[in-house]
Amino acid sequence: MTRHLPVLAILAVCALAGLIVALFAGSVPLTLRDVLDALLSPPASEAQKIARDIIWELRLPRALAAFVCGALLAASGVLLQVLLRNPLADPYVLGISGGAALGALGAMLAGTALTVMHLAAFAGALAAIAIVFVLSFRAGDWNPHRLLLTGVVLSAGFAALLSLILAVAPQAQLKGMLFWLLGDLSDAGASGGAWIVLVLLIAVFSWCASSLDALSLGALKARALGVAVTPLQAAIYAGAAAATVAAVMLGGSIGFVGMMAPHALRLLGVHSHRLLLPAAALAGGIFVLLADVMARTLWAPQQLPVGVFTALVGVPVLLLLLSRKT
Amino acid sequence: MLRAHGLAIAAGGRTLCRELDFAVGAGELWAVLGCNGSGKTTLLHALAGLADAASGLVEFEGRVLADYPRRELARSVGMLLQREDQEYWGTLADYVTLGRYPHARSPFGGDPAGDALVARVLAEFDLAARALQPYATLSGGERQRARLAQLWAQAPQLLLLDEPLQHLDLRHQVQTMQLMRAAASGGCALVVVLHDLTYAAHCDRVLLLDGNGGHAQGAAAEMLEQKRLERLFGCRLAVCGSGDAAHVMPVI
Repeated sequence: MTRHLPVLAILAVCALAGLIVALFAGSVPLTLRDVLDALLSPPASEAQKIARDIIWELRLPRALAAFVCGALLAASGVLLQVLLRNPLADPYVLGISGGAALGALGAMLAGTALTVMHLAAFAGALAAIAIVFVLSFRAGDWNPHRLLLTGVVLSAGFAALLSLILAVAPQAQLKGMLFWLLGDLSDAGASGGAWIVLVLLIAVFSWCASSLDALSLGALKARALGVAVTPLQAAIYAGAAAATVAAVMLGGSIGFVGMMAPHALRLLGVHSHRLLLPAAALAGGIFVLLADVMARTLWAPQQLPVGVFTALVGVPVLLLLLSRKT
Repeated sequence: MLRAHGLAIAAGGRTLCRELDFAVGAGELWAVLGCNGSGKTTLLHALAGLADAASGLVEFEGRVLADYPRRELARSVGMLLQREDQEYWGTLADYVTLGRYPHARSPFGGDPAGDALVARVLAEFDLAARALQPYATLSGGERQRARLAQLWAQAPQLLLLDEPLQHLDLRHQVQTMQLMRAAASGGCALVVVLHDLTYAAHCDRVLLLDGNGGHAQGAAAEMLEQKRLERLFGCRLAVCGSGDAAHVMPVI
């Protein structure tokens, strides 16, 4: 455990630094003093009151939402990579985001209120989870390849339906839909629920981290070492699905985090799940937090979808790490 | 220690072995011989509780395998798999330490006795110098020794080994045979799938599987008789030496 602490400490410091950057950056310039005053002391003047509102009502909730989104996606990526025995699996491979997107875009097409759209996205995600679970979990025989293919096929189906919606949608709604599909945090609401999911997920799977280590050697080997494999796989599926749903509800389908954060850490030598899971969550959180800062400042006051920046950074970094490996 | 009653083994829709009864006692070293596809691996999986036999039942210490919680069973019964195609990212020492999984008491507590055992096992399998090297960079033979070391770190009373000598050089084949014998002398029971008749001759008992439902078992000297093996493997054999030093070799 002790050899894990430096890595986690470094990542935690980076997370704090990222948070401070996120509070600074924005279309209204604030000094370090403004930020500290707003965070620590009651407002004295009108200007300080505005700064305080910007920090507490806009930037901090947005930063927390961005961080928890990235952390959930990365944690879900770690879990699915163990479950599917594929280091490049990502939280969307099981069709969860496709289902959520179908619900959300369907609701947008129908012109419903924001809350109805959130509920529709949630229902779509649950439907996708249920379909994949029922089709791939038969009589205790859980084949990771079947699970993976079921998710891929389902995702392809969702993609076709999403294209259909985009094709028939009125011009005015197209931008909102595209932003949702690319991953966008500008409508992110309160992230309290997502934080609860994150804390529970890390707590539960840190507790059985050595079972994850054993399972990463393959199901048969894990069974020979004494892991109750089927219940563990069901728990991983449930945990990863919950994390993905919570993240998608906040920020749409933000790509590359779930695949990149755990894989980059592994290539840097972090492999024990007791360390990998919290470290990947921190790294994913920092990544999305900084990507979102770029998304809302580079073209300010225009806001861009955060998913564009995770992809712009994620693709070259991942290609670099992969080419280094061979 | 281990008892099989009326065991039938089937794979790919074919029954490979039926009505098999046998008992392995503490201190015994058993070899399982047979052609490719004769059900050796499937039999070992059934004995380890990793797969259900087509029929019949397996008992360990008088209790049916299915009645054991998985973790408790893994403290007593360990298996070396023939193949393991999973990529592992950690070091060799981490890999061997995973063998302590069934013994861990708390998810966060240390395990000094286990760490000492891992260090000893690494030395026994000539792996101490490689302990901190990434597992993925090891050679085929070193990986095989790492798998063996992991099983030794698991420290079960019943060891089921599927081709433990594959990929090993001559010196490490001999060394592994010696370590298996030492485990048997220490009160363990071992069931080992082998293809090398010379090493099979150093086991106490031999089980032959013909792949068509038939089987034979007995003392090694009785089972490793030239005519019987020629029928089993379908090739010509020659006997070298005589008495205890006699062994059978293929004629090419």
